[in-house]
Amino acid sequence: MPHQYPALTTEQKKELQEIAERITAPGKGILAADESTGSMGKRLNPIGVENTEENRRLYRQLLFTADERMDACIGGVIFFHESLYQNTDDGTNFSQLIKDRGIVVGIKVDKGVVPLAGTDGETTTQGLDGLAERCAQYKKDGADFAKWRSVLKISDNTPSELAIMENANVLARYASICQQNGIVPIVEPEILPDGDHDLKRCQYITEKVLSAVYKALSDHHVYLEGTLLKPNMVTPGHSCPQKYTNEEIAMATVTALRRTVPPAVTGVTFLSGGQSEEEASINLNAINTCPLGKPWALTFSYGRALQASALNAWRGERDNEKAAAEEFLKRAEVNGLAAQGKYESTGDSGAAGQSLYVANHAY
Amino acid sequence: MTHQFPALSSGQKQELQEIALRIVTPGKGILAADESVGSMAKRLNQIGVENTEENRRQYRQILFRADDRINSCIGGVIFFHETLYQHADDGTPFVKIIKDRGITVGIKVDKGVVPLAGTNGESTTQGLDGLSERCVQYKKDGANFAKWRCVFKISETTPSKLSIEENANVLARYSSICQQHGIVPIVEPEILSDGDHDLRRCQYVTEKVLAALYKAMSDHHVYLEGTLLKPNMATPGHSCPTKYSAEEVAMATVTALRRTVPPAVTGVTFLSGGQSEEEASVHLNAINNCSLVKPWALSFSYGRALQISALKTWRGHKENESAATEQFIKRAEVNGLACQGKYTGGGDSESDQIFVANHAY
Repeated sequence: MPHQYPALTTEQKKELQEIAERITAPGKGILAADESTGSMGKRLNPIGVENTEENRRLYRQLLFTADERMDACIGGVIFFHESLYQNTDDGTNFSQLIKDRGIVVGIKVDKGVVPLAGTDGETTTQGLDGLAERCAQYKKDGADFAKWRSVLKISDNTPSELAIMENANVLARYASICQQNGIVPIVEPEILPDGDHDLKRCQYITEKVLSAVYKALSDHHVYLEGTLLKPNMVTPGHSCPQKYTNEEIAMATVTALRRTVPPAVTGVTFLSGGQSEEEASINLNAINTCPLGKPWALTFSYGRALQASALNAWRGERDNEKAAAEEFLKRAEVNGLAAQGKYESTGDSGAAGQSLYVANHAY
Repeated sequence: MTHQFPALSSGQKQELQEIALRIVTPGKGILAADESVGSMAKRLNQIGVENTEENRRQYRQILFRADDRINSCIGGVIFFHETLYQHADDGTPFVKIIKDRGITVGIKVDKGVVPLAGTNGESTTQGLDGLSERCVQYKKDGANFAKWRCVFKISETTPSKLSIEENANVLARYSSICQQHGIVPIVEPEILSDGDHDLRRCQYVTEKVLAALYKAMSDHHVYLEGTLLKPNMATPGHSCPTKYSAEEVAMATVTALRRTVPPAVTGVTFLSGGQSEEEASVHLNAINNCSLVKPWALSFSYGRALQISALKTWRGHKENESAATEQFIKRAEVNGLACQGKYTGGGDSESDQIFVANHAY
């Protein structure tokens, strides 16, 4: 270990860092449009749309052809493999279309979760086999960043040390391989909000998980400036009886990140998890107005929280496409403001900006 | 591990964080006056002074009687055990003199390095036995922070994985115990500058050592906001043929810290190692002027780099005491400026260097 065998040249590092900075430029975040075929089924069924390849194409098309308002607030789009090779009605490749708008193209590269034997229902994520070759091909096909999701859950027995260590390791392996191929890895160690645990518990576990992730990234010689982190916000479990303000969520989230994420990491792009569109925006805004020092960009990488209204407005009808795109653009612009701490919600979320309690610290 | 069993209450955390913040108030750093009896021998021999308890007392008195000018540039003083219980000529305890000036009192608590069998001359540091009880006593006797030094060296085969893990672990244990007793732990993982390795090599090793350190701190549930880090700067080895500018040293140092030190750490107080007084100040200044984002205080915890001139001026003679004190005050003020990036002096420094890198990839 005392000798360095540089994993990347200066040029490679520079390219990776510039890609990461472009994605998280001030006011910009990521549209996570990388739902797998199975996940798209869950989105399309509730709106009565059949889960066909054509319907998936039509749906992604209405997002990707949204007008120029999108360019100011979307820095990157994460694709699913199928979408990367689909075209608009007039034959323009989706990836090319996004790239031409000055938005960075990303690709989901993991192959889903698999069980960890001997644990209480915990998982790791597969997808490392042939990843180098796949990255080389994706880079040729226009992708400059990738995403890999690992999943952890909170219960009396979880996450176990094995789950934490194994998922941190596989994320680091993925990150290392991506960087070798000029692809910025977004590292996503999602801790699910399922459960009745309180805010403090989620904060504690988030700190432990992220600490393990960054130790693994160091061990695997990953160039942090050329990565992004996609974590959960620190929130109470879904069935937690206690309610918390957005400021408390923001304080717990920023504190957890401050204790674990080195400043060299270019940006943190939060996942929305089960949050509603408005909740996800208000929380992101509160995070950006938290008074603690925050040396990384803090923005969004939202799937459902950017698309829920758009899906409802579309309902599979071509006539609804414009209206659906409007819904998407609305959320994109709101989150672009939230990522700068400039979003003033007028909506229904009771705690938005009205909270009486503003902590200076979350000890 | 899924459940938290809080190591500290909110009140305890608040106290620790406030102590740490006070030590690294903007413009302030630490006087490391914690040389052991053996180390003092090395200092005093060089100026022809006998290493007696009285001489050590008189020498520390020279430093501690400095006037109000040091109040704005010294935030903490690290004591050696013996000194903590010594007095000035007029009977005032040293601890009281320091505390009355609003300077925080610290105490070196480690008991020196011991060999790690099966390695290439590597070491760990002892001192954990009874540390809890000692911390309780030191806190009663006026100390609010402590220091523990681990040592690494760079060579073809070192630092080894064992050395990195073992020293990171012992630093985390020490930290955990200190915090239980209201004492802010300064964590010092010193990588020696001996050798002919270049700047990049030192930066690389520093990154690996610090990554291991902060993983251990997390594992041991240490409250980072209530700690300080005392690292080496990233520098070339002493016998390295390549010369580097202060800006290159600064960029390598800040880059290494950015890749490993969580923002929650309240402050980084560099050790001076074998640097000259001026070198240590110029480097600290360049570090504070580095264009990269630096979310922690970046200050000094200097021993030799604050005292060399004072020692040479004193040479054990009473009539030289005032002049010696002046030498110390001068270095303290210079470093007070350097830790704000405002030091414009330095005749031999390359601060007019044409080359200013934006990044150290």
